[in-house]
Amino acid sequence: MSLDIEHIRQDFPILKRELRPGVKLVYLDSTATAQKPASVIEAMDSFYRLSNANIHRGVHTLAEESTALYEQAREKIARFINAASPRQVIYTRNTTESLNLVAYTWARANLKPGDLVILTEMEHHSNLVPWHMLAAERGIRLEFIPVAENGLLDLDAYKKLLELGPKLVSFTHMSNVLGTINPAKEIIALAHAAGAVTMLDGAQSVPHFAVDVKALDVDFMAFSAHKMLGPTGIGALYGKTALLEAMPPFLGGGDMIKEVKLRSFRANDLPYKFEAGTPAIAEAVGFGAAVDYLNSVGMDNVAAHEHEITEYALERLEEIPGVKLFGPEAKFKGGVAAFTLDCAHPHDVAQILDGDGVAVRAGHHCAQPLHEKFGIPATSRASFYLYSTKEEVDRLVDGIYKVKKIFS
Amino acid sequence: MDDLYREVIIEHYKNPAYRGHLDPHDYSFEDSNPLCGDHIEITLQISADGAVSDARFDGHGCAISQASADLLIESIIGKPLEDVRHLTKQDVLDLLGIELGPVRLKCALLSLKVLKAGVYGLGEASDSLVE
Ligand SMILES: Cc1ncc(COP(=O)(O)O)c(C=O)c1O
Repeated sequence: MSLDIEHIRQDFPILKRELRPGVKLVYLDSTATAQKPASVIEAMDSFYRLSNANIHRGVHTLAEESTALYEQAREKIARFINAASPRQVIYTRNTTESLNLVAYTWARANLKPGDLVILTEMEHHSNLVPWHMLAAERGIRLEFIPVAENGLLDLDAYKKLLELGPKLVSFTHMSNVLGTINPAKEIIALAHAAGAVTMLDGAQSVPHFAVDVKALDVDFMAFSAHKMLGPTGIGALYGKTALLEAMPPFLGGGDMIKEVKLRSFRANDLPYKFEAGTPAIAEAVGFGAAVDYLNSVGMDNVAAHEHEITEYALERLEEIPGVKLFGPEAKFKGGVAAFTLDCAHPHDVAQILDGDGVAVRAGHHCAQPLHEKFGIPATSRASFYLYSTKEEVDRLVDGIYKVKKIFS
Repeated sequence: MDDLYREVIIEHYKNPAYRGHLDPHDYSFEDSNPLCGDHIEITLQISADGAVSDARFDGHGCAISQASADLLIESIIGKPLEDVRHLTKQDVLDLLGIELGPVRLKCALLSLKVLKAGVYGLGEASDSLVE
C-alpha cells in the first residue's frame, strides 16, 4: 500500500506554514526532530485543559485520570516496541538520558577498571561521551567497530574485537549521518555469544521502521519521543527485567522509593525505581498519541514511503556536479542524505536553502568522530519522514543549483 | 538572505587577501566553533611602537566566518594593539554590513574571539570576549 501523503500532510499543522510570503516550508530535518500531528498537540492540550494533576499521589479524580493517562501511554509504547511488559519501559527525558542512565547505573555497578566496552565509529555523541566520562572515572577501555568507506560497519573487525571479551556492546541502530541501518540482530547475537550485554541506540530506528525488542533480543534500548512525532522532553529506556531489577537506582527523590527513613531508603519497583520526581506527564500523554498515530499509518508503510523518497533523493542529488554523498547505497539506508558541495560550506548551503524555505541541517550532527573519519568538518543533511514528498526533494535540488550559482 | 551573500562577502571568501601564517609572529591563537567545525588561526606581528605591523588568518569554514576573518585582519593592520583589544561585536558586524541571526553570529564572531583571546594571552577563547 502506498501512503496517501496529501492526507497525512493535512494532519501536520506546521507543514502548512509559509515562512515568508509565498515561501512554503519544506521541512527536511526530521532526523533532528520530527514535526507533530494535530492529534499529539491536541492530546497534550486536552490533558492540560481537562485532566492535569500530579501522578501517583492523591486519590482525587484528576490525580486518578492523569495517572491512568500516563500509564496508558507507557503501555502503548511497550506494545509499539513489543516489550513483554510496560514495567520494562522507563520514561526518561530523551535518548541521551536513557543512554546515560545505563552508563550511571548498570555500568557503574558492573564494570571494573580494564573492562571493555565496544562502541562504533558512527555513534552520536550521546553514545560516546558517557563512556568517555566512565573511562576517565573507572578506567574502562573502549574499542570501536570501524566504519568502512561504503558506510557499513566492518563486522569482521567486530568479530575480532569480541575476542577481547567485552562486557558491553552499545551501538546505534541507524546512523543519523550516514543513514546506515546496522544489522542489529546479528550484532546482538554475536555479542551475547561472547558474553556481553547489549544496548541499542534506537533514536533513529524506532521512529522509522518496526523495531521489536524481543526479536532483536536486545538488553537495553534508548529512544526519544520527539523524533517519532511526539513532544520534546520525554524519551524511554527499554530494558530486560532481570537487568533492570539488579541495577541500582538513578536519581534519588520522590516516586522512586517504597519507603524512606531518615538515614535510608528502599527503592521502588520497576519502572518507578528509575523515575524520580514529577515526570513529564503531558509529554507522556503526547508520546502515547504519537505512537497511536504511527500505528494508524503502519510502520511498514512509513518505512516503505521513506525508502521511496530516499531512493529518489539520492538519485537526484547524485546528478548534481560537485555534490558528494556520504553513506551506503539506498538498500542499506534510512531516510537521510548527508552531502557536501565542492564550492560552498555546508553552513552556506543550509542558509541559502533556508532562503527558499528548505530546512536542512548543517554541521557535524553530533557525530564529530565520524566526520573526522571521512576527513570533512561538516556536511549538509536532508532527512525524510512519512510526510516528505518528491516535490520537496525537487525543491532541495533546485536550491542546491542556486547555491552553485551564487558561489560559482 | 541574498543580502547575506553580498558580493563583498563571496569575494573575501573566495579570494581572501590575508589568508596565511606569519613566521615569526608575536601572537598566535586558534579556535573552532563547536557547532559547525569552523576553524580560525590568527598570527600577528607587532612593531616597536605597539601597533599591528602585519597579520594573517588561516582555517576553514563557511563564507561568513572566513570573509569576516579576512575583513577583520584587513581592518587591524596598522592599528595600535590597544585598539585591537577593544574591538567589539559591532565592529565586525559593521565590517560585514549584514544582519545575522544568533547561529550565524557565532560564525561571524569566531575570528574576533580568536584575535582577542590571542592579544589578551588567554588560554581559551570564550564567548564572553565578544559580548
Ligand atoms: C542516533 C542518535 N542517537 C542519539 C540522539 C540523541 O537524541 P536526543 O537528543 O533526543 O537525546 C540522536 C539525536 O540527534 C541520534 O540521532
